[in-house]
Amino acid sequence: MFGDLSDRLDGIFKTLRGQGKLSEGNVKDALKEVRRAFLEADVNYKVAKNFIAGVEEESLGEKVLSSVTPGQMVIKIVYDRLVQLLGGQSRDMAFNPRGITIWMMVGLQGSGKTTGCAKLALRHKRAGRKPLLVAADIYRPAAKDQLKILGKALDIPVFTTDDGPVKIATSAVAHAKENDYDLLILDTAGRLHIDDVLMDELKRMREAVKPTEIMFVADAMTGQDAVKSADEFNKALGIDGVMLTKTDGDARGGAALSILEVTGRPVKFVGTGEKSADLDVFHPSRMASRILGMGDVVSLVEKAQAAVDTKKAEELEQKLRKAQFTFEDFYDQLQQVKNMGSLESLLGMIPGVGKALKGLPIDDRALVRVEAMIQSMTPEERRNPSIINGSRRKRIALGSGNSIQDVNKLIKQFGEMQKMVKKLGKMGPKAFSGMKFPF
Amino acid sequence: MRGFFKKLKIGLEKTRSRLVGQLTETVTGRPQFDEELFEEIEEVLIASDCGVETAGLLAGRLREECSRRKTMQAAEVLEILKEQMVLVLAGDAPATTAHQPHVILFVGVNGTGKTTSIGKIGAQLKAQGKQVLFAAADTFRAAAREQLQIWAGRSGADIVTGADGSDPAAVAFDAVSAAITRGRDVVLIDTAGRLHTRHNLMEELKKISRAVGKAMPGAPHETLLVLDATTGQNGVAQAETFGAAVGLTGLVLTKLDGTAKGGIVLGIRHRFGVPVKWVGVGEKPDDLETFDPAEFVAALFQ
Repeated sequence: MFGDLSDRLDGIFKTLRGQGKLSEGNVKDALKEVRRAFLEADVNYKVAKNFIAGVEEESLGEKVLSSVTPGQMVIKIVYDRLVQLLGGQSRDMAFNPRGITIWMMVGLQGSGKTTGCAKLALRHKRAGRKPLLVAADIYRPAAKDQLKILGKALDIPVFTTDDGPVKIATSAVAHAKENDYDLLILDTAGRLHIDDVLMDELKRMREAVKPTEIMFVADAMTGQDAVKSADEFNKALGIDGVMLTKTDGDARGGAALSILEVTGRPVKFVGTGEKSADLDVFHPSRMASRILGMGDVVSLVEKAQAAVDTKKAEELEQKLRKAQFTFEDFYDQLQQVKNMGSLESLLGMIPGVGKALKGLPIDDRALVRVEAMIQSMTPEERRNPSIINGSRRKRIALGSGNSIQDVNKLIKQFGEMQKMVKKLGKMGPKAFSGMKFPF
Repeated sequence: MRGFFKKLKIGLEKTRSRLVGQLTETVTGRPQFDEELFEEIEEVLIASDCGVETAGLLAGRLREECSRRKTMQAAEVLEILKEQMVLVLAGDAPATTAHQPHVILFVGVNGTGKTTSIGKIGAQLKAQGKQVLFAAADTFRAAAREQLQIWAGRSGADIVTGADGSDPAAVAFDAVSAAITRGRDVVLIDTAGRLHTRHNLMEELKKISRAVGKAMPGAPHETLLVLDATTGQNGVAQAETFGAAVGLTGLVLTKLDGTAKGGIVLGIRHRFGVPVKWVGVGEKPDDLETFDPAEFVAALFQ
């Protein structure tokens, strides 16, 4: 989401890096550009102003100007301050050590509260909790139905009654006690922070159930008004954390910086897609790296660890050692890559790659085509590709809906991969560096 | 229209007091306009989500006009700024329903208020005696269909639906065909919210638009981007990408009754020439009204 901001800053920093010596003048010029980039990224203008003033003060100090690489020093200052502004470290939700944990989701209309509730519930169900979703949005037509449908799909119970929101919340707590739920996630109706009646209703809900944590759900695409609404919700209710939604778009997400600065409350989670599993913990340092175009290798490695089956990886290693890499193994590899997420999001985490690929549509279907071709092979063909002759190629092409050229390409590249694998024993791991994957 | 004007004024109360309050504070007490003053005006415009570029453009034009007219009076400077803003937004034909049926496709990112806007517009058209048909072509979001069904029930509009996860283009096609057969006046097509960066979902949207054109040549007659007034500079990217995919004829600006200023419409109008057709200023069915640029700016500067 911070893509465009990264690009802008990258250009600015390139100029800075190129400077052997920095003067007050060129630092100021560069920071003016940073300010503009921030404003275009929807960072609140006051927040941007303060940020720049801070960086400028530190950058023009003796230490930076006299250092060997002053440009790098300025970038480091921007990075450090950005991490600081983003909240320093990632923070988890708070749990109630004695009894039921209650999280209350609040926010403007359309920010993504209902979807966010389902995502949080799924995440913590997987972590071994017993969540209960509570539908207390009685205003938006079919809002309760939406949560019920999401709950059903995830096999998480949804509680609601025909009462008012406060009564629903208190009944839900009683229901949770009776049925041993340990996590209650309360969906509330979207409302404007200037709507006193509805804000008062939230206060009464808070008094009635004393939530462990109140989460403000904010749309990553929000503009300058983010500061205002977050501040008002915080003043009225005392929010504990922020969930930033729709971060998979190209919004530059400056609103996140503003909300943090104004409320002092951390962003805890970010919504990264439309599916219920698309929820990530917010990592300030990684996000700062992404903003500044430094990539996010840590997240990539974590995703790989979560998706890759260790047992299968060991088996594969054995096969590689014996040079027995087959289409079947290759197919397994593809599945594991797919489990990690879309190619576009994965490549975006590799330093430098995000920028190089900008604007090119990364087609996940290329993987699907390769998959289809492998699936159209007989088990024998997968184990022993050398038997795939002209007529077999034609059948595979027809069966998978691809051209014979596509099949030829796949088999040729697979052959090269096998050769590489064979060399592996002799040459060590470096052999992999020249390997071409057929997608 | 007078009712709307009043409501918009109330809706924009917070916006206006903030924007004009700041501007007046900036301008008054200074007999001489200077460079600093223009920079501050620019800042106020940026704070209303106008965007750096549009704010710069407006401030630049303001600077030119002021020097041309040799004025430095606070009240006059404000008046000139107002004129400039009207100039950016002016010249739009009001929304029409000229075709039989008149087909309107609603598109936008998630959570901007597409379904609610359709419900409101449908209720108003119905009250004007038009025969309205809703197409629940959001087959993705849980309970989106139910939400539209409730709106249809309230206003007595027809509704064509499909199963969850079914092809939205087929639902849209069926709806338009049904409207032709039943002789309905207006078809309002709801689509699933989608981020404009999702290539496949944008392709799906193109398909919906094409399917509508197959059911009735020339349709959709209007394609409206529903935009949340709290949206920041990303609104420009939304207008650009949705415009490139399905060709926008206008905007629906929702949730203008908060403190959000919706200045992004100035930026979008300036960049792509896409006008605002409707504005949402409240939760009730008649809290969505056709947009008049002169009144919008007038209300802003009352």
